[in-house]
Amino acid sequence: MKPRALVIRTAGTNCDAEMVRAFDLAGASCDLLHVDRVIAEPSIIERFDLLGFPGGFSYGDDVASGRVFALRLRERLYPALRSAAERGVCMIGACNGFQVLTQVGLLPGRPTGQWPDAAPTPETALAENAGARFIDRWCRVSADPQSRCVWTRGLPSWGSSHPALMMLPIANGEGRFVAATGVLDRLRESGQVALRYVGSDNPNGSEDGVAGICDPTGRIFGLMPHPERYLAWTLHPFWTALPEHIRRGEAGETPGLRMFRNAVEAAAGTGASVRG
Amino acid sequence: MSRGRTAIHRFEVRPTDASGDPRAAALVREARALGFPLAAARSSRVYLLEAELSAAQRERLRTALLASPVLERSTEGAGPVAPGEQVIEVHPLPGVMDPVALTVESAVAELLPGVRVRASTGWRYDLRFEGEADPGALARRLLYNPAIEQARTEPWAPDRFPAPPPAEQTVRSVPLRELSDDELVRLSRSGHLFLSLAEMRAIRDEYRRLGREPTDIELETLAQTWSEHCVHKTLKSTVTYREAAGSAGAGHARVVWEGRPGVTVNADGSVTISNLLKSTVAAATHELIAEGVDWALSVFKDNSGVVRFDDRTAVNVKVETHNRPSAIEPYGGAATGVGGCIRDVMGTGLGAKPIANTDVFCVATPGLADVPAGCLPPARILARVIDGVRDYGNRMGIPTVNGAVHFDDRYVGNPLVFCGCIGVLPADKVFGAARSGDRIVALGGRTGRDGIHGATFSSAELTGTHADEFAHAVQIGNAIEEKRLLDALLRAREAEGGPLFSAVTDCGAGGFSSAIGEMGSALGAEVHLDRAPLKYAGLRYDEIWISESQERMILAVPEHHLGALRRICAEEGVEAADLGVFGTPGAEITLNFQGREVGRLSASFLHDGIPMPAREAVWAPRAAAVQAPPRGARPDLGARLLGLLAHPTIASKRWIVRQYDHEVQGQTVLKPLVGPEGSGPGDAAVLTPVPGSRRGLAVGCGLQTAVGDPALGGDPYRMAIAAVDECVRNLVCVGADPRRIAILDNFCWPGCDNPSNMGALVRACLGCYDAAKLYRTPFVSGKDSLHNQFRTQDGRLIEIPPTLLITGIGIVPDVAKCVTMDAKHPGNVLVLVHPAAEGEDDPLIDAGGGRVLRGGPREPAGGPGAAKAVADLIARGVVASAHDCSEGGPLVALAEMLIASPGFGADLVWPETEESDDGSPRAAEREWFGEAVGGYVLEVPEARVREVSKAIVGLSFVRLGTLNTSGVLRVHGPGPASAAVPLADLRRAFFGTLDW
Repeated sequence: MKPRALVIRTAGTNCDAEMVRAFDLAGASCDLLHVDRVIAEPSIIERFDLLGFPGGFSYGDDVASGRVFALRLRERLYPALRSAAERGVCMIGACNGFQVLTQVGLLPGRPTGQWPDAAPTPETALAENAGARFIDRWCRVSADPQSRCVWTRGLPSWGSSHPALMMLPIANGEGRFVAATGVLDRLRESGQVALRYVGSDNPNGSEDGVAGICDPTGRIFGLMPHPERYLAWTLHPFWTALPEHIRRGEAGETPGLRMFRNAVEAAAGTGASVRG
Repeated sequence: MSRGRTAIHRFEVRPTDASGDPRAAALVREARALGFPLAAARSSRVYLLEAELSAAQRERLRTALLASPVLERSTEGAGPVAPGEQVIEVHPLPGVMDPVALTVESAVAELLPGVRVRASTGWRYDLRFEGEADPGALARRLLYNPAIEQARTEPWAPDRFPAPPPAEQTVRSVPLRELSDDELVRLSRSGHLFLSLAEMRAIRDEYRRLGREPTDIELETLAQTWSEHCVHKTLKSTVTYREAAGSAGAGHARVVWEGRPGVTVNADGSVTISNLLKSTVAAATHELIAEGVDWALSVFKDNSGVVRFDDRTAVNVKVETHNRPSAIEPYGGAATGVGGCIRDVMGTGLGAKPIANTDVFCVATPGLADVPAGCLPPARILARVIDGVRDYGNRMGIPTVNGAVHFDDRYVGNPLVFCGCIGVLPADKVFGAARSGDRIVALGGRTGRDGIHGATFSSAELTGTHADEFAHAVQIGNAIEEKRLLDALLRAREAEGGPLFSAVTDCGAGGFSSAIGEMGSALGAEVHLDRAPLKYAGLRYDEIWISESQERMILAVPEHHLGALRRICAEEGVEAADLGVFGTPGAEITLNFQGREVGRLSASFLHDGIPMPAREAVWAPRAAAVQAPPRGARPDLGARLLGLLAHPTIASKRWIVRQYDHEVQGQTVLKPLVGPEGSGPGDAAVLTPVPGSRRGLAVGCGLQTAVGDPALGGDPYRMAIAAVDECVRNLVCVGADPRRIAILDNFCWPGCDNPSNMGALVRACLGCYDAAKLYRTPFVSGKDSLHNQFRTQDGRLIEIPPTLLITGIGIVPDVAKCVTMDAKHPGNVLVLVHPAAEGEDDPLIDAGGGRVLRGGPREPAGGPGAAKAVADLIARGVVASAHDCSEGGPLVALAEMLIASPGFGADLVWPETEESDDGSPRAAEREWFGEAVGGYVLEVPEARVREVSKAIVGLSFVRLGTLNTSGVLRVHGPGPASAAVPLADLRRAFFGTLDW
């Protein structure tokens, strides 16, 4: 049976359809639910092996990006999310979803790997871009080979065949990764820095070029870029200039799709056991 | 609960020193650029919460909601002002939409159940100057707009929020029947009705016939419905057109009148055209449909035009302007322009899903020194318009994929903001119609005083005092409200068993009055205005009826679907209000408030009672005012090229495009910026609207204002053809099928009471007709904005140049065959393909900034052939890259192709230049910079050049040179007709002008 994925949306979510499509293409069977529906019945989360928090402007990003969505998840769904994390459910937060997961406290997670009774105090955040401006562009990225992240497995070698392939698009105004004192060192040591911008492609001024991090189990992953916007070669920013064999799809699947496939395979194999 | 204990609690949230304050840093940068000696600044978000809150509750709000523990520091109360610093604090004016406050109110309700709160938000800036400075002046330039906000020089800690004044709810009638003509004119102006004397007389006569005076709401409804904005009375008028004898200047097309639809040639040589729009733009479409264009599904009738995409799917498209509001409040004006156009697309057929936005701006040059009183500085307008488009489009999750910016100082008082939207809908849901007995359901945002009189205001000439007089016409959008509305609408459309509504429309100009009036035009409607949810108490019934509060739509809902619709709305957080019922005896619109009838209008008088004006149009073409300067005065070819690349209209718009999300929804296969560094200006974007399908939709535009500019001796007839041609070329260059292109017209014109401007309009309309027929591109929708002129306080009239934007969507049969404009392979050959010139060359015209206009071939007949030939070559995979030649001509197009591909260079020779015996710079500038209609630059492998030359039958084909990796653009020619420009210099010129 296909692993089951749930994408949770709310008012202002706008990258939900492509995230659903990414899970489906990667071999999962994906549902899309409004967060109010999940709050009304938190146990619904138990039916799923994978969770997605998509991009957008949840609640207008009013007050701060992802703030109100995160507040609602902390207040109303933390116990259900915690038990999903303990069950080993793979989770992804892309862009606004990443901003949400850091503020819920699901990222970066406690060093012990234990989840506290109340939602953890955030230790990392996504601050306003250094240029004080929304930016949409594709960036060269590299997956840290030392990372324990399940989602980026196998991706470090992607750039070797054709460096331009290992790119991801960002589209945000608040994507500058900031960590509380000492936290970034801890994340580096524990292999929780999963994805970095390459060289000068650090458009929002993130500390250490961090584009994405994971929890200590590697199953919960947050990133500012949008892997769900890179599911086909024709979505690459200059695919018309790529070699013919890549344009014909002979280079295999895109890095964006590969991330979702990694998680779906992890969920299907060793992964989360679905209750009930 | 004792109301007396409710207080306003003030919270300030600011970034910690460690996390930095990019907003303040940007402010310092911008202020210093404007000459303010600002040394340092800090920004703080201010929250004012009117509620009963315990200390513990306040603490919880600060830490859980208002501030991030990692990034921010929050304090309660007004923080002290440091010695030597000055404070500017900005808050919205009472009654102005404050989306953040609404979100805070609902979040507080979630966090502290049972607490009732009213919120208001603002920004505090702590400023430190080096020496003397005027913080107020800085605030006016960079921090606030008095039309919607107020600034204070100290922290604001009010005891209570100001309440909007309560309104008196007596029914007012307006004595009209005994008024003289003069008094009618005065009433029209003082009541902001903006109706002509003839229209006022028609209303007076109607009420004399009815034997009573109109109520205020009836008069308002007539003014809204009869506004230029809503009925396009100028474009639908009967026009008598004459040409000044013997004045046909060089470069002006001679129009043949005989045999045109709706045209009568009079004995005195003048012509009479009945219903200009119907006889030109619309006639072309209907003739094309009659000739077999079967894919134009719904044209001119609905809120947008609909064409077939594939067997099961249709796409719809609309382009609106929001010029007047953007002149006064560019951020809100642009944002609500985007929001309104999106609702037009949503409100088509039985509801469509928006998949792309476009934006085109015409503004004065940023450095303009002489800005008339009452106008905002052009740089501020441009920056804030971009902010507005960005914030609304990005929040809606709709990619902004195509656009342009055109600079001309005559736009100083009337900036043009074109907002386009494209949607997708099932092919079996293209049509909707309200049925008698359907409930009138208002969905979405609440109604307030914002935006009252927008429709009539758009009919007025702007003057220096308009910003004060019409501040109430300004609206601020709330994109998330509209996103919720979209989510609910699409669910209601896709309900099991079929759509839950039989028709939908958006509330745009005129608000409920236009939306319900249009939907009920055949059926009549009974409306209960007191059932509309209000933002605050105390609105008068007529304010409710005509308010243009944003994010509202009207649905016609069969009674048995009301419950299901309400359930969906509740789940999506959307308010739904049942305002009444469609269908009344006699098809009247009856308006009721708190059990009383306040207005009763016959639908036939409302919609057909307007006296259509007869218009006088004169065409007296001026000779080209500015001829090309004598030879010898020209800089050399390379310097000319650099000057053109730095021309603001040509220079890179990358800093704008990058601020828009152009790939949300994950289906933008050709993005607006192309090439390995995203530095190339793509000709058109391509989307894949149906997931899993390789069929694509290209989105592009054409704007050729200079070709029709009266000041340059231009011809609006040829401008229209040039704009359609440019639009088609842009689409063809990326791989669109020229047989499947649908287009839209947006006319923005100066005052049409002036017969010359009306003459220009007639010629542009004729050009639209001829171009649509020639290219077989049906117009499917359009919009006009007339009277774009500004009267300065000393009485000077600034008219915009006649402006016609053509927007196009074209089918791409297989996106895998798309091409882009960035140079691809060293050794490939560059060729120019364009329609063969017939007859004499057009005169050279200096269009300013080094631009040379060559109006186009005398006979534009070769354009469609060139489009078809290039499209076939692209479909066969012969073409490695393609780029259209527009502003700046072929050499600029070539330079852009190199700029898009770092490391490339080119060796170019224009054959004729090489052979020319004098090698004169004028010959070179004609060839390299001439802006001819119909040109394409193609990159082709050497081995396939013959294939191309054979395919180009009846077209001009010029081999220009080859690509290399020298990093230099070299033009080989005698003396001044040669150049060698390093790519780095090209890039500096292209990016330097506008990379703000």
